[in-house]
Amino acid sequence: MSPQATKNRPVPSVRKYPKNWRWGILFILPWLIGFCILQAYPLIMSLYYSFTDFSILSEGKWIGLDNYTRLFHKDKYFVKSLVLTFKYALLAVPMKLIMALIVAMILNMKLKCINLFRTVYYLPSIMGGSVAISILWRFMFMKEGMINNFLGVFRVPSVNWLGDPNIALVTICLLVIWQFGSSMVLFLAGLKNVPTELYEAAEVDGANKWTKFWSITLPMLTPIVFFNLIMQIIHALQEFTSAFIITSGGPNHGTYLIGVKIYEDAFQNLKMGYASASSWVLFVAILLITLLVFRSSSAWVFYNDGGMD
Amino acid sequence: MRVKKNDLIAYVILIVMGVAMIYPLIWLFFATFKDNQELFGKMSLLPEKFSSIAYKNGWKGSGQFTYLTFYLNTFKLVVPTVLLTALSTGIVSYGFGRFKFPFKKTLFALMISTLMLPDAVIMIPRYVVFNKFGWIDTYLPFWAPAVLACYPFLIFMQIQFLRGIPRELDESAYMDGCNPFVVYIKILAPLLKPSVFSVIIFQTLWRWNDYFNNLVYISSVKNYTLSLALKMSIDSQGSSTPWNQVLAMSFVSLIPPILLYFFAQKYFVEGITAGGIKG
Repeated sequence: MSPQATKNRPVPSVRKYPKNWRWGILFILPWLIGFCILQAYPLIMSLYYSFTDFSILSEGKWIGLDNYTRLFHKDKYFVKSLVLTFKYALLAVPMKLIMALIVAMILNMKLKCINLFRTVYYLPSIMGGSVAISILWRFMFMKEGMINNFLGVFRVPSVNWLGDPNIALVTICLLVIWQFGSSMVLFLAGLKNVPTELYEAAEVDGANKWTKFWSITLPMLTPIVFFNLIMQIIHALQEFTSAFIITSGGPNHGTYLIGVKIYEDAFQNLKMGYASASSWVLFVAILLITLLVFRSSSAWVFYNDGGMD
Repeated sequence: MRVKKNDLIAYVILIVMGVAMIYPLIWLFFATFKDNQELFGKMSLLPEKFSSIAYKNGWKGSGQFTYLTFYLNTFKLVVPTVLLTALSTGIVSYGFGRFKFPFKKTLFALMISTLMLPDAVIMIPRYVVFNKFGWIDTYLPFWAPAVLACYPFLIFMQIQFLRGIPRELDESAYMDGCNPFVVYIKILAPLLKPSVFSVIIFQTLWRWNDYFNNLVYISSVKNYTLSLALKMSIDSQGSSTPWNQVLAMSFVSLIPPILLYFFAQKYFVEGITAGGIKG
């Protein structure tokens, strides 16, 4: 390619809307249609349903804010399950990210067999969300199951992993922490992108390992931590399969996550208007938390390139 | 060969943790050969004698339908969904990544913000609509969102890949008189192979492991997928669940994801890092 040709060529990105803009619309059309009928329309409809007593069996009639007042004042389990869901996210997400970061740091020490370790650590992430693994979890953590047998070898008294409401929530968190591999791969790639000059310069200044970690490695990783944090929180607040399969929301509603409650209200009790109201509370909670993390990001997320283009 | 002390500590940590992480899966594998009594209260990893009876009996499924049906159903659900997703999200990412058009920024922001949209919120109205269409208990509720590119993460990931390909390539093809669609097929698609593979792999795993959507849309046992069949197997038996059969079938259901993982490992890493780091 000669520089002359580059100069005379009509470059699509320079003019405001180059003549081929219609092609752009054409290409995004599938998504645009999908967005309208499978995302935007359902979103609006569920807001509408949340003000009615709609169920699949009968046309709903408008009942105003009744569903919402019932949720917060009459429903024994709604606030409880909301709090549980937050607890779950607060326990699982930081633990998962810390594990991922620590292991990524170790793997970044330029050891041998990195690929083998990475393979092993990532494996749980590819199947952790499945029913099969939830069944395995339920079986392993039974009272006379494999985990308690193992603890017994070290004379640790057996733990009621699934029968005690508080511990059951931890058992479910463990399943998601076990899947730290995907976050780890992200951190590992981020660590590889930290320019070595930074470390060399720090060594010249006489920095020790800890100073290097706190003032170079961690700040350079914050954009990835940020992305991970948001995605994992959104995910955790919607958790369904593990709570539904391992403990069925029990014992004594100890793992009755909001996802399980919405499913039961909507598809087992067929109170779809009511369930829509819960789902909107969840949605608003997710929006608020995401917003909060975004707002806080200017204080702790460090962008080396001076911001995004 | 000299091994530094720090490295040694690192290896020990990595190995101990690695064993702890993978142990449940190895344990699952050997448990499928044990009989039901041996599963409880015994510490040993290896079965007393290898017996394939759990597989034989487990495979029979509900009696009326075997796991062959459930397996084939899962493929019927997953394969078209994955292929349609790859086509639709590919072309949409090309539209967002390479063209300027009115309201592009707004539309892009909307697309990204759907990442935050919980399934639970749109599930009920979607169910109502699909029910009106007569789509309940078919796989159409899974294929339709795939055709219409309702997977923002996969679109975003491919836009990131696309950014890595120099625009000069498209432009020289335009000079040769190609239209944008031909440019995509002839010039970009071959270069985007790794990104398409990543989409195929992620979507395959997500759909294979999915339970919530299956539970909502599929109602009759003849259309059950593996996740629904497994759940049925722990429910229907009551207190006398034949755990060895349940575990054997759980293991059988995990084989495709595991194979996929081992054959396509590098695309996992490329896909995750493209979606998560750049931009």
